[in-house]
Amino acid sequence: MTALVISGGHLLDPAAGVDALKDVLLKDGHVAEIAAPGKLKSANGAEVLDATGLYLAPGLIDMHVHLREPGQGYKETIATGTAAAAAGGFTAVAAMPNTSPVNDSPEITRWMQAPERGAVVRVFPIAAATRGSKGEALNDYAALKSAGAVAVSDDGRPILKDNIMRETLTAAARVGLGVIQHAEDTRLTQGGSMNLGPMSFKLGLRGMAAEAESSIVERDIRLVTELRDTRVHLHVAHTSTVAALAAVRQARRNGLRVTCEVAPHHFLLTEEHVGLYNTNAKMCPPLRSAADRDAMIEAILDGVVDAIATDHAPHAVHEKEVEFENAPNGITGLETALGLSLRWLHKEWKMPLGRVLSLLSAQPAALLGMKGRGTLAVGSFADVVVFDPKAEWTYNAREGKSKSRNTPFDGWTMQGKIRWTICEGRIAYNAKP
Amino acid sequence: MNLTATPVRRQLLHPPVEASPFPYNPGSLLSAGDLSLDGISHILARATALENLDPLVRDRILAKRRVALLFYESSTRTRTSFELAAKSLGADTTLVSSLSSSIEKGESLKDTGLTLRALGAEAIILRHSSSGAAWLLESETRLPVLNAGDGMHEHPTQALLDLRTILAHLKAGAETVTPETLAGVTVSIVGDILHSRVARSNMLLLPRLGARVLLCGPKELLPELAAQAGPGITIERDFESALRQSQAIMMLRIQAERLAGLQLDLEEYKAAYQLTGQRLATLAPTAIVLHPGPIIRGLELTAGVADGPQSTILEQVKNGVAIRMAVVERALLADKQGGRA
Repeated sequence: MTALVISGGHLLDPAAGVDALKDVLLKDGHVAEIAAPGKLKSANGAEVLDATGLYLAPGLIDMHVHLREPGQGYKETIATGTAAAAAGGFTAVAAMPNTSPVNDSPEITRWMQAPERGAVVRVFPIAAATRGSKGEALNDYAALKSAGAVAVSDDGRPILKDNIMRETLTAAARVGLGVIQHAEDTRLTQGGSMNLGPMSFKLGLRGMAAEAESSIVERDIRLVTELRDTRVHLHVAHTSTVAALAAVRQARRNGLRVTCEVAPHHFLLTEEHVGLYNTNAKMCPPLRSAADRDAMIEAILDGVVDAIATDHAPHAVHEKEVEFENAPNGITGLETALGLSLRWLHKEWKMPLGRVLSLLSAQPAALLGMKGRGTLAVGSFADVVVFDPKAEWTYNAREGKSKSRNTPFDGWTMQGKIRWTICEGRIAYNAKP
Repeated sequence: MNLTATPVRRQLLHPPVEASPFPYNPGSLLSAGDLSLDGISHILARATALENLDPLVRDRILAKRRVALLFYESSTRTRTSFELAAKSLGADTTLVSSLSSSIEKGESLKDTGLTLRALGAEAIILRHSSSGAAWLLESETRLPVLNAGDGMHEHPTQALLDLRTILAHLKAGAETVTPETLAGVTVSIVGDILHSRVARSNMLLLPRLGARVLLCGPKELLPELAAQAGPGITIERDFESALRQSQAIMMLRIQAERLAGLQLDLEEYKAAYQLTGQRLATLAPTAIVLHPGPIIRGLELTAGVADGPQSTILEQVKNGVAIRMAVVERALLADKQGGRA
């Protein structure tokens, strides 16, 4: 494998505590050497990327995406989804199992990672917790883990039965996997298409109450508490309400291994952004109240939130050009996560750059137990994002790499322009090919 | 420096909410909230003028213009009055309903709208069971779209005809409306507010003319957050107290088709909220009684009230034709009348 030198750039690796001008040598898919500018010893014959004036950081990791394969290649494929990921600075994505068929087997888990899929960044499947994600019978977690699954989840079809959730937490802990719960009491949200509140009343839409999320988070935390097993890891997906965050906060104070992620749309937008039935502002959990949005920002700034994850959920244009209540849930997110996080969390709300990047790389890597990722220490995987953290640009969804363009952020100003994304030593994205 | 004060969290700036691009077409009437007071005055004035015009002269105003009625829900009053209104201005109308059309075969609202436009429709009157459908149709076709009821959301021409009815009885002679036109007037809207597009359009329209709107109904049909829908709106759970305060009482039908599993004890409901002759005579002997129809005699109101001297129900229907003539005319002549009227 060819060697690559990234020279003249500023290395920001929060996990390794590096924040300085460094040259980096990537060799055989790993970080081979880090040295002061111009001081690399074994760089002979390596291709050189001139990163003067740019930052390099560990490749971003999105722990919550929908790549739609197998089964719904018209929305996205693993090839297009990972191309979008690379364009957004991501070198690894964790793919949810709500494919068609549901990824509840080692065969599908392996199929998703096969070279024939054409992925340009690493795909880590999250396997279904229960057969067909029906919430009844547990899958074989040991087999799924050895096939490459990094967590289990019935994303979109939350596990409602207490006994099944308890068994899932126990069985996953036994093999060292976390359980990711999409917290939604679907018995309370039937027919709902946006947050329950003054806006849903005004728009004449059935609402989804905040309690539908928080009650499941509280139930799950109660189960974790009762299990008294330190190996149990509950991860709350796309947290969106004040009460759910409060429950996570309290669980952490009680010493439980309960973690959570927040999506950019939940720390930036509110139910007001639904406007007059903009289906590109429809997702689940829905955009919430301003108080909920403020709580997300606060929890990100004060460290309760463990990761920023996009919940990248592509849908074809024709599927979103319908009556609001009939439109599918979800928006794309891979190509806008860094730009929005730097524009708002870093520039506007003054979160240090290293902390923002950590939420997008080192922390999700740790949550999913990805060894050698989320850092650029010598010996780790050569997963790198090279970018200009100050450059502003305008996002145009039509020019994106994703097959879909269902985003509320089309035309928005972003900050942080990606120059190269390198996955295991190979250039996965090059802004100026 | 006061060290004991709790630190005030700094005010953060957030991404703004973009201004609505609707309506795209100046002839559209999507929401009762889209109309300026001048626009409302103009529609009221045109309704009266058109009503009084010689039918043979009126017939030439929109001669041979094409208006499509696209109805995804059953309707008697709204459909017929829109059709009569368009025809009496000379327009050609065509009715497409969800049964007996390609909608049954799965054609989307977008494609149906584009097809109607290709067939030469110059305006579309839409009744649809999904909230927001009129906005979707307008953004896809950019034609003048008249919202004839979208799900539980709005029914702006109903609010306008209700306003015309209220003005005729309480403010006779009012031709132009101002923020004070209905000052001192209390209108109660009673019953199934949650599922009512008529309620939502009236809640947007009446307070802008100075009216006080009381919403009255049980919690299942009237959530507390309805009071936040706009200014001038108050919740009054006690029906008799609402009656005592009202000059106009708008009774609504229980929308069984939208209850979606909601259990409601109809006997209890009638005991608390049915408008009976006795309640009306003792608590609101001079108020007018409105109902958008269809009425269910013996449920939300008694037959005696529906047929009684305080009832304006059939007058509302008649006002519907006049208002819809003005609105259809506006749809097709909006540009000539100098933009949004």
